[in-house]
Amino acid sequence: MEDLSLHIFDLIDNSIAAKASRVHLEIREDRRRDRLHIHIEDNGIGMNRQTLNKAKDPFFSTKNGKPVGLGLPLFAQAARESGGCMRVESHLSRGTKIHAEFGLTHPDRKPLGDIEKTLTTLQASHPEIEFSCHYEIVEEEGENETQT
Amino acid sequence: MKLKPEDLDKIRERMKSTARLREAEGKAKINVHLGTCGIASGAREILHAFLKLVDESGSEDVIVTTSGCAGLCKREPMATVEIAGQAPVKYVDLSPDKAKKIFEEHIKGGEIVKEYALAVGSERLG
Repeated sequence: MEDLSLHIFDLIDNSIAAKASRVHLEIREDRRRDRLHIHIEDNGIGMNRQTLNKAKDPFFSTKNGKPVGLGLPLFAQAARESGGCMRVESHLSRGTKIHAEFGLTHPDRKPLGDIEKTLTTLQASHPEIEFSCHYEIVEEEGENETQT
Repeated sequence: MKLKPEDLDKIRERMKSTARLREAEGKAKINVHLGTCGIASGAREILHAFLKLVDESGSEDVIVTTSGCAGLCKREPMATVEIAGQAPVKYVDLSPDKAKKIFEEHIKGGEIVKEYALAVGSERLG
């Protein structure tokens, strides 16, 4: 994956496969602490503890007959490479939350990419799903810029 | 980010209203295969290209949707085109230019673009 918007596209594709009717994306650029936070939350079918424990394993997939599942492991790797981490929280029938933290100015952090294209193409191809996005910049000093 | 909060609502409402129309008398369905393999190979650009082509042509009977990995990761990006009453055709190794040719010749013209198809006749009507 060339940039983070493609990772996000991939993870939201998982939300669609998990029959979510609502997907929320939150991006927070914390310039004060030099961190970039990406949070994806859906109300899909969720995962049980056993599946959740294997979700970061690249040789595990819930899809029929597939020996590999690279979406979450690659996103976790991208976070780790920039001095960050990823965590996943999921409850059956309630949905899944993915939170990743990146080093904002770390030389190995992938660029954010075209988030707009990610969201508009997914919304246009899945009008039955409600997508929402919140983008926030925490300035080093002074007021914050926020967009919901 | 240029995307305004109301933009997603507008897209959703617009696509919902055309979707109802298309479901009633859908002529064609373009299914772009995503999955990690497809996305890493450029599936988002293919989806964007097809959505733009449908939008620009004003076609109200063509559905663009997505599905997961089709199981042939090395031939991604892939899309399956289904014309009402005909067997689906899987297109492989796509680019936005190939998507345009498929849209013009297959979706609008009814002629399968054989050079981009994985195999013609390997799919059956469901």
